[in-house]
Amino acid sequence: MKKYSFYLAAILGPILLLSACGNQNGKASSDGALASNNAEKVYVAPGEHDEFYAFMSGGYSGNVTVYGLPSGRMFKEIPVFSQFPTNGYGYSEETKPMLETSFGFIPADDSHHPDISQTNGELDGRWLFINGNNTPRIARIDLKTFETAEIIEVPNSAGNHSSSYITENSEYVVAGTRFSVPVPQRDMPIKDYKGNFKGALSFISVEPETGRMDIKFQLIMPGFNYDLSHPGRGKSHGWFFFTTYNTEEANTLLEVNASQNDKDFIAAVNWKKIEEYVENGGGTMVPANYAHNVYSDETHSATSTMKKEVLTVDPTKVPGAIFFMPTPKSPHGVDVSPSGDYIIGNGKLSADLTVFSFDKMIAAIEGKKFDGEAYGLPILKFEDVLGGTVKSGGLGPLHTEFDGEGNAYTTFFISSEVVKWKLGTWEVIDRKPTFYSVGHCMIPGGNSAKPFGKYLISLNKITKDRYLPTGPELEHSAQLYDISGDKMELLYDFPTHGEPHYAAAIPASILAPKSQKIYKLAENEHPFATKNVSEARVVREGNEVHVYMAMIRSHFTPDNIEGIKVGDKVYFHITNHEQDFDVPHGFMMIGQKNSGLLIMPGQTKTSVWEPMQEGVWPFYCTDFCSALHQEMQGYIRVSPAKSNIDISWSLGE
Amino acid sequence: MKKASVIMIVGSLCLLGLFAFPLWNIMLGAPQYPDPLGMNIHISGIEGVSEFDLQNIDGLNHYIGMKTIPKADEMWEFNVFPSVIIGMVLLGVLLGILGFMQKIDYRYFLGWFVLMSILGVMGMYDFNLWLTDYGSNLDPHAIIKVTNEDGTPMTYKPPLFGYKKLLNFDVSSMPATGAWLMFVGMSLTVIAFLVGWKSKKSQTNQ
Repeated sequence: MKKYSFYLAAILGPILLLSACGNQNGKASSDGALASNNAEKVYVAPGEHDEFYAFMSGGYSGNVTVYGLPSGRMFKEIPVFSQFPTNGYGYSEETKPMLETSFGFIPADDSHHPDISQTNGELDGRWLFINGNNTPRIARIDLKTFETAEIIEVPNSAGNHSSSYITENSEYVVAGTRFSVPVPQRDMPIKDYKGNFKGALSFISVEPETGRMDIKFQLIMPGFNYDLSHPGRGKSHGWFFFTTYNTEEANTLLEVNASQNDKDFIAAVNWKKIEEYVENGGGTMVPANYAHNVYSDETHSATSTMKKEVLTVDPTKVPGAIFFMPTPKSPHGVDVSPSGDYIIGNGKLSADLTVFSFDKMIAAIEGKKFDGEAYGLPILKFEDVLGGTVKSGGLGPLHTEFDGEGNAYTTFFISSEVVKWKLGTWEVIDRKPTFYSVGHCMIPGGNSAKPFGKYLISLNKITKDRYLPTGPELEHSAQLYDISGDKMELLYDFPTHGEPHYAAAIPASILAPKSQKIYKLAENEHPFATKNVSEARVVREGNEVHVYMAMIRSHFTPDNIEGIKVGDKVYFHITNHEQDFDVPHGFMMIGQKNSGLLIMPGQTKTSVWEPMQEGVWPFYCTDFCSALHQEMQGYIRVSPAKSNIDISWSLGE
Repeated sequence: MKKASVIMIVGSLCLLGLFAFPLWNIMLGAPQYPDPLGMNIHISGIEGVSEFDLQNIDGLNHYIGMKTIPKADEMWEFNVFPSVIIGMVLLGVLLGILGFMQKIDYRYFLGWFVLMSILGVMGMYDFNLWLTDYGSNLDPHAIIKVTNEDGTPMTYKPPLFGYKKLLNFDVSSMPATGAWLMFVGMSLTVIAFLVGWKSKKSQTNQ
């Protein structure tokens, strides 16, 4: 039984702390000399570049934002799971398939945990993976183009939250379900949850050359809530660790009913063993229905394919592959030290951190020292696997990151602080307040064998008074700490877009040289591309009209079109002929029930317009492209549905 | 004289560098072009410094009514120059061999240098004519027409040598690797002449 006082503390904690924090709010005026030094540390002079790229999840924006560290400047929002009218993602004909799912076209999601691909446990900067939490999906972003390259839906999952963490050679990106559901889905009473609902943990293979994703197998686990996960690394490579809560299997009022067990579990999964099992023909192929959407930089188009089956594995059929480690107080994050020695359970209703020792876990497994079982899966004895306890003095630990110097940094949501402690001795070295109620923290490479322990970012859930007020709705706040010394130093504070649940950062020196500047027009294989202005034309097929259009500073080819009729469906297939860095052109058409387009050099995009009224209607370039940008416009003559005016087009006549 | 002949052969062979390296380089930088656009002028044609530089220079130049940068087959020079260079290399090597065999004396080396210098000056004169035409023979319907203070239309002739500001562009024009190799080669032929002269004098003095 969990003590009720913890529940009370969870509620009262923030209130008490908010009032106690008034005199140490980290404002620069509190220490002038130090503050000026700090200003230098975050100052990136005009024209200079940041040291790190930081990729932050957008939470309910469904996207990813790209920031520079230490400046906190935002460079880009990468559309992933949500329609993005800024550039037409999810609106253009080419990108609509990216948002197809088994539920049809889904325009928005909740993106959570970005993770950068790794080779030998170190960041290699090829791809960024991120999970859509609401309609379970995993996306892969290409870090040459900073665009979403692939999205795979995850069947049998709901609340895709213990995702999207990758193994140390990017063998798998892993997606676990937070909400257990009937597997397969069926009409049944909710109260029959216990024993009937299941939690699917999906291991999605990543093709080493292309990054192409494919669900290798799904572990169909007991119906707990699989909250977060992390891969083993180094000596624990081959294992994956998942936190669980609601081992009570409650289906209502979870805030009380799922907080009754004093201990939930961290599930240790030996994925190498299961991989071997399925490679030897193990597992059951079951019917499923999930979308696999792939974008091509050659055709500048996405395709969506529905997959019809998935390989499931009953964990009890693979003895020695899955073990439960009892972990106090509804753990949230589970984090693995850079060496792979320690697995940190962040019991979110606790003051203390539970650290498991990988060596002890292996010894306990080999000694078969079990403390019963849950649904046929062995439970290890807490004392046998415990490596240490961090008596933090804080409340509500959520996540831990590492600096590669033997230190760990844990965020405490309720006491609103970051605590630095030492691996092995478990002593607390430093603590600094956050503003306010920090969720995740992030150290560049902090989820790898080789962290770059210079900065720590706290990603906070509550902003309140940190910036100028903007009405009831505020952006979230992030703080940047210098962690290069013994004590953490608060350097800077900046708002972040959406709700960054987690972030991943990488030295700019790895990514910047690879960043693509243009798409080569010569390599454009879009079926509706206009690669030469002599091919620009307008083609009628029944009441569909295809406009093959080219754009270059500062005109469209063609820019006068006649013969369009009310009731037509007009497809503008527009190719940007520029081959110069940072010369996109935009397109908008009056009365268009769609977003505009932003088309990069060498790219083709398509937008649909359904003219409703007779007249002569203009379109124009929406991106101030050149000195003659204002002249970059055209007209379309729309005639009555029954008129017999032939299609014609021209430029400069 | 043998030494002088070898230097003569090496000097004339240096001209072959023009087939591997550009003769001249023109770079165009502007506030919005922190990485400048550039063209390398080879004896056989004009190439962009980066893959799409020529296209981008043409794209910008259309605003001020300049013609597009000529392709190799649009200028007779790009056919004739390689033949002239090959001819001069062969002549230089032949003179060197004949000198080595004591069939001719050192004064022929100076003759080669003088001929090459005349051809070089003619080439530069021709290049300058093209630059002038390229920069001042503008489309009367140009989008942007700028006039000088005296009311005459502004022209955009890039400098033959050195730096010039053209509207928002900083333009610099310099000999490139091929030209430097040619200058080294031509200097060697003068050295060959001097060495030959010196050895002749010492022979006479004996």
